[in-house]
Amino acid sequence: MTALMKSRDHTSGLEISFQDEPLIIDPSGCVFWPDQHLLVVSDLHLEKGSSFASKRRTFLPPYDTQASLEKLAICIDRWQPQTIISLGDSFHDQEASERLPQSYRLRLRQMIEGREWLWISGNHDPQPPKEVGGTFCTEAKIGALNFIHEPKPEFITGEIAGHLHPSARIVSRGKRLRRRCVAGDQKRIILPAFGTFTGGLDLSHSAFEGLFEPVNLKAWMLGQKDVYCIDASQLR
Amino acid sequence: MTEQTLTKSNSENLPFSLPVQFLNWFASNGWQPRAHQLELLAHNQNGQSTLLIAPTGAGKTLAGFLPSLVELSGTENPKPGKGKRGIHTLYISPLKALAVDIKRNLETPIEEMGLDIAVETRTGDTPVNRRQRQKLNPPQVLLTTPEQLALLIANKDADRFFDNLQTVIFDELHSLVTSKRGHLLALGLARLRKFRPELKTIGLSATVSDPEELRRWLVAQPPLGEIALSEFVKLEGGAKPDISILNSKERVPWSGHSARYAMPEVYEAIKQHKTTLLFVNTRSQAELLFQELWNINDDALPIALHHGSLDVGQRRRVEEAMQRNALRAVVATSTLDLGIDWGDVDLVVHVGAPKGASRLAQRIGRANHRIDEPSKAILVPANRFEVMECQAALNANYLGAQDTPPLQRGTLDVLAQHVLGSACAGPFDENALFEEIVSAAPYAELDPDTFTQILEYVATGGYALRTYEQYAKIRKTKDGAWRLTHPSFAQRYRMNCGTIVEAPMLDVRLTRKRGPNAAFQGGPVLGKIEEGFVEQMAPGDTFMFSGRTLRFEGIREAACYVSKTQSEDPKIPAYAGGKFPLSTFLADQVRSMLCDPQQWDELPAQVSEWLAIQQQKSVLPDRSELLVETFPRGDRFYLIAYPFEGRLAHQTLGMLLTRRMERARARPLGFVATDYAIAIWGLRDFSNLIQERSMSLDYLFDEDMLGDDLEAWLDESFLLKRTFKHCATIAGLIEKRFPGREKSGRQMTISSDLVYDVLRSHQPDHILMQATRADAAHGLLDIRRLGDMLARIKGSIVHQPLEQISPLAVPVMLEIGKESIVGEAQDALLEEAAGKL
Repeated sequence: MTALMKSRDHTSGLEISFQDEPLIIDPSGCVFWPDQHLLVVSDLHLEKGSSFASKRRTFLPPYDTQASLEKLAICIDRWQPQTIISLGDSFHDQEASERLPQSYRLRLRQMIEGREWLWISGNHDPQPPKEVGGTFCTEAKIGALNFIHEPKPEFITGEIAGHLHPSARIVSRGKRLRRRCVAGDQKRIILPAFGTFTGGLDLSHSAFEGLFEPVNLKAWMLGQKDVYCIDASQLR
Repeated sequence: MTEQTLTKSNSENLPFSLPVQFLNWFASNGWQPRAHQLELLAHNQNGQSTLLIAPTGAGKTLAGFLPSLVELSGTENPKPGKGKRGIHTLYISPLKALAVDIKRNLETPIEEMGLDIAVETRTGDTPVNRRQRQKLNPPQVLLTTPEQLALLIANKDADRFFDNLQTVIFDELHSLVTSKRGHLLALGLARLRKFRPELKTIGLSATVSDPEELRRWLVAQPPLGEIALSEFVKLEGGAKPDISILNSKERVPWSGHSARYAMPEVYEAIKQHKTTLLFVNTRSQAELLFQELWNINDDALPIALHHGSLDVGQRRRVEEAMQRNALRAVVATSTLDLGIDWGDVDLVVHVGAPKGASRLAQRIGRANHRIDEPSKAILVPANRFEVMECQAALNANYLGAQDTPPLQRGTLDVLAQHVLGSACAGPFDENALFEEIVSAAPYAELDPDTFTQILEYVATGGYALRTYEQYAKIRKTKDGAWRLTHPSFAQRYRMNCGTIVEAPMLDVRLTRKRGPNAAFQGGPVLGKIEEGFVEQMAPGDTFMFSGRTLRFEGIREAACYVSKTQSEDPKIPAYAGGKFPLSTFLADQVRSMLCDPQQWDELPAQVSEWLAIQQQKSVLPDRSELLVETFPRGDRFYLIAYPFEGRLAHQTLGMLLTRRMERARARPLGFVATDYAIAIWGLRDFSNLIQERSMSLDYLFDEDMLGDDLEAWLDESFLLKRTFKHCATIAGLIEKRFPGREKSGRQMTISSDLVYDVLRSHQPDHILMQATRADAAHGLLDIRRLGDMLARIKGSIVHQPLEQISPLAVPVMLEIGKESIVGEAQDALLEEAAGKL
């Protein structure tokens, strides 16, 4: 985790404007809304490792939850939010919150204590998690913004969603670079997956079709320490 | 059988018996059994395992099968349901095509002698129903591949299937043993020996530098560090091949790998011969040269293309046409490399540097498969350094020099796969399995602790945090035996078995549709192409595949859609450098040629003149020295070193040198590595820094860079991640990808990079991390070779400050800009792209 500790010192994130609200994209992939003191993070997929072990007998390193929580703790430390929204698929499966080892459960509870914490339901975790605290809901409307797990195909203005794990690709000087990204146009923003074992889905994939106006689409690609705004026309 | 038998002793006075029908058959073909064939027969009949080393064309295959054919000729092939049936002889080859070819070659003597012997192949291409039939009704001789053997021994009834097995023949053993496939195969052989302790092995091999390694490999190794060896039969010689270097009238380029300049001359050579095999090192090279040849094919000669990415049907058609002698030339990559007999090839043209003398010998063996006539070959160097390398290789071939790499210890990822395979076959006792494993030569030095870690890895992942105990895949039961906890794991093992981890490939499909919103589906499949290559392209880009220029349209599911195009000038992928590193032996030869003007007489005038100018303008290093040149150019300063240790070692060196130069505040900006040299550029005057002693070359090239600097760099290296992916796939942590079967809408596979990062920060000593480091040190980074080089040049660094670029530096300088960049610099690219807004 030393790499992240270092980056904390000189990252400031990238400020964007969405629905006339200033938002800050953190290089870790979460988004901070300063006016509301609100931090939103998507697709934590906690206990994905143990889910693979129990369901498929694939033994991924059982350290993913720990790593995700450590990363989240750094973000909380950096932005000091009063409200946290976890945009669904917070747990990899419905039993995951029960499998949570005791030490991680305590860690999570400590994070939740003293602030408002919203668990938005996701397709992996349609039911509330057990014994961790927080409030559970299917979507949340705060000011002009609407927080939901799966983006709605019908046109919604001011939607902030997750679910699709967006990533983007550029080719520069013959070198191909692929990074997780926050994707958005004027009406909708989709957050990348935050969890340790979560992959990315390229923006050119058909799953993104119809969700953005191609001319206005931007990918805020996540670098090591900074966030870079790339116009859709530059993506490969 | 009541026929008379020839019973004799051969030169070593070993008794053997050869039935008269065999003698008659030899005679009817105008042959006599050769001494090495009889010697091998005698050893086998005496119950001994044997290594046969012989040049191509010496009747090696027949020698290998003769003992089995003799033994089987004395028994009747029992009819189904009667008598004991089963596999008598197992033949294992590295290539599917070789197994098919051998079957054809065996059928002739069997038919001509009227023997009743069933010979069948079993490869990945064998239909399921035939494989099932083979299990119920096995042939006496089964021809197969290492992967199929691994599958066979993982079966519950493997012991019964093999309980009549007498002999195992390993063809092209020298090529089988140098990879992880060889490790898996060695473990498979140990298992066969457990079923059949009296089993005899026969290894057929081209000449190698250390036959003893192969002799160990063929027999069970006793415990306690003792060494057991097989018998050894060696056949020297054959006619010396007639090899020449193309003495081109054209200008040989400074750098590059295409050898386009020589195609008119190669075409002339094709015209003057019956059938020519044109070998190149990579697929993209094959595509390019094939295209070039057709552009000038005014006589419309039948010239074909053959490489591993092409559709199987297309490859088979080329192979068949070759056998019918219907082709005048085939442009091929290593898929045609090994000992397959195809028609009357009378010329081999090798494009690019051959990289290793043994590899060259192998390829040249393709021409003229008769031992007493010389093979004819032409080497076509693609650039000036390759001219020297070709000359060195040519000298080496006449000297009979050998440079096969030393065998590696068996890797742990392969061991993990084998342990799970063992559990699929049935319950096992851990001590018995350990004894069996250490009897295999590559694993003779395995220690019990590491073996225990592997068991734990297979059972529950082998993590310090033991949260997966309840999900164990194998478990030790009360009777002390390890068992699979669920039978379905055996099926999954079969899906993922094997050690060949290929880059994900996409089908290339031809479509007529164009445009960003076209709906692609169907269309004929032209072959397969690396996903990584396709991802670099944007719709509308053109590239060469399957001998034509194609326009990239898009990717849908697991297919890459392309359309026909008239474009003459395709966007060729940047050539990623030689696939094989320059061998240590050849590098030494090239260095000795460089410093000895008398040897330049052998080289084409334009190359020797180039070296002469280098001598004037700069200096040529001695064989044991390392030349380092520094000079300014444009607004940058350059440092060029010429270690001649191959691209892999140079890349590692480049990463480490730039770290050290940063520390010396020389502000290096980047580097590029070729097989011969490395160039580093930066913002401060390197010549000054060295002369003022604020940067010492002895410090820069000190061996201690392989300590902490290496560790620090490795941890961040993308190379290590790639190696990890390979190990994790073989060890079964990451399942192989099956294109087209992935769930749609979301990436369901877990990226091995993410797993690597988590392991590195939470359990850096995990068994797979150990396996990864060992692998990287051996292969990818060529650390051993780098270490040897640093030791060799200690105190022998020659620094030559220059006012301008030297002739020798031109080739590597031309590579600048073609190289990809790594690590930190990636964010700079993102910043640049963002700045374009």
